Amino acid sequence: MKKIMKNDILLVGILLLISAVGFLLRHVLGEEGKTAVVRLNGEIAARYSLETEGTFPLNGGSNVLVIRDGCAFMESADCPDRICVRQGRISRTGEVITCLPNRLTVTVEGASEEVDMISGGGGG
Amino acid sequence: MKNRTLAELSLLCALAMILSYLESLVPIPIPVPGIKLGLANLAVVFAVYRLGIRQAAAVSLVRVVTIALLFGSVLSLAYSLSGAALSLLSMALLKAAKRFSPWAVSVAGGVAHNIGQLLAAAVLLETRLFLYYLPVLMLSGVVCGAAIGILAAVLIRRVRRPE
Repeated sequence: MKKIMKNDILLVGILLLISAVGFLLRHVLGEEGKTAVVRLNGEIAARYSLETEGTFPLNGGSNVLVIRDGCAFMESADCPDRICVRQGRISRTGEVITCLPNRLTVTVEGASEEVDMISGGGGG
Repeated sequence: MKNRTLAELSLLCALAMILSYLESLVPIPIPVPGIKLGLANLAVVFAVYRLGIRQAAAVSLVRVVTIALLFGSVLSLAYSLSGAALSLLSMALLKAAKRFSPWAVSVAGGVAHNIGQLLAAAVLLETRLFLYYLPVLMLSGVVCGAAIGILAAVLIRRVRRPE
């Protein structure tokens, strides 16, 4: 590829740099979280303390969230790609598990006034 | 519109749709929602250089809408439209600047497509998604955009207009 110009390298370098800074910020800013917040279509459906242990069916059972050892992970899902299951365990603030097909997100947040489990629309 | 332009546009639309479909058959090993090879961008980048930005926008729009109708949902259409729009915008700007090769334009298009999709998801589902997925989606946009860009640059050079 002799047609690549200096500007090209500069552009790609800047893009990679922004990405690297993003990774770094994400790592630095995250701390051990307290709450797993479940959102359905952008609305909070349930909150679970990460100190609890348990298996929680979400969205009428389409996704099953497990909280264990201070980590949250999606144990199963009925979506075709199951990316949410493969995303693994989250425990630091800002971390997210996303299930796009079911319009569902689980985010880890810090301490809140509602650390105890609140039964929202999640308990199918 | 000249007949030949119409024929070329139709061909590229069909190609973009097929590439989109092929891509859906390839599993991506990284569990991050929204990561794609962006094969269809090959047809769009080619159209940007061979036919022009507006024609490329037409190819992109036809692909996004038909693929969403065939395999997607209203929500996936929103993500794709937002991604395609930002991708075309950035490619148009970089091409107009005349300081970048088609390869870099493809990289920018790939990154912008991912950012556009992520923006839509952040608005529709949860704002925090944006910062969390931005680094990895930018990285994958650069890598995939670069791979597609190499192919696109070769095609733009090699494929001649039939006379």
